Amino acid sequence: MDIKIDENLDITDVVCPVTFVKTKVALDELDDGQILAVRLNDGEPVQNVPRSVKEEGHQILKLLHNDDGTYTLLVKKVDDE
Amino acid sequence: MAVDYKALKNGGFMRQKQKNHFSLRLKVVGGNLTAEQIITIAEVAKEYGAGHVHLTSRQGVEIPFIKLKDIDSVKEKLLEGEVFTGVCGPRVRTVTACQGSEVCPSGCIDTYPLAVELSERYFGRELPHKFKFGVTGCMNNCLKAEENDLGVKGGYLIEWIPEACTLCGICIKACREGALTEEDKKIVIEEDKCNNCGRCVKSCPFDAWKGEPGYILSFGGTFGNKIAFGEQLFPIMQDKEQVFKAADAALDFFDRHANPSERFRVAIERVGWDVFQKEMSEFYYGH
Repeated sequence: MDIKIDENLDITDVVCPVTFVKTKVALDELDDGQILAVRLNDGEPVQNVPRSVKEEGHQILKLLHNDDGTYTLLVKKVDDE
Repeated sequence: MAVDYKALKNGGFMRQKQKNHFSLRLKVVGGNLTAEQIITIAEVAKEYGAGHVHLTSRQGVEIPFIKLKDIDSVKEKLLEGEVFTGVCGPRVRTVTACQGSEVCPSGCIDTYPLAVELSERYFGRELPHKFKFGVTGCMNNCLKAEENDLGVKGGYLIEWIPEACTLCGICIKACREGALTEEDKKIVIEEDKCNNCGRCVKSCPFDAWKGEPGYILSFGGTFGNKIAFGEQLFPIMQDKEQVFKAADAALDFFDRHANPSERFRVAIERVGWDVFQKEMSEFYYGH
């Protein structure tokens, strides 16, 4: 499955709760159906950010395991209005 | 006429340092009060108290500086507003609860109705010493279940749904116990590592985990003069009726074994945890 990424976000340089805040802000700026790729660290970010994104009602498409130990979370924006 | 301070205390009127003044403890279940009840409480605090209330450590409300001569009027006024007085002394105290699964995204069980039901069954029941129930919705334990004589903690009994799973790996990362691994395109659960926290269920983007609410009980917690965590003696239980059976059995044990003024935990320690566990399993499992 080929996924077209509309926007990239790197949250490997911040910690909780800024990880989720940045993700939320980035998703707010997208249109319904657009796709955000979030690069995030192992540990606390990968434990919590996917769950928070899900609880906001967006659709997670994939979690990619990168060679450098980070992850890339692909999220499709779901506008609930 | 002599004032029966003990009777007043049992009914929630706590004697203050100041002569003939009482701090009136109100009945609050699961930390919830209606807006109407709060208005009544505010009016009583203004008219009969010192214009403020005190929030207790167990989600209760007390109205301090109620005068001895006003006690009957205060009771009447509160009753009109459907506010009830609390209890003190050797009996089942306020049942506390977090907001639970109906409000909180982390919640695994619906805590408030359970707190109400526990309160309806046990609140005020006379015992050798005080007895506290607390209900918390999940492993985050906002309500501190193990501080209570009987603590209830919500969890999930989990089941993996292979058809829905994309093997994204989020659940494996979300699990803080290291209970999940991927082997041959399957998610494997190490049952003895799973603590029923339900984070796999909550985090899964594809609904590939089913979580059935369950109750984890702890017995003998105390956080006053003596500090000790309640002990989890039995695995997570799914049936709410079982919670009541276990509570019945625990209170029955307390009634039969404790000396007057002896806390639940002290009685268990004196009689022996093994005896307690054995008695509980008889009630709990019926053998």
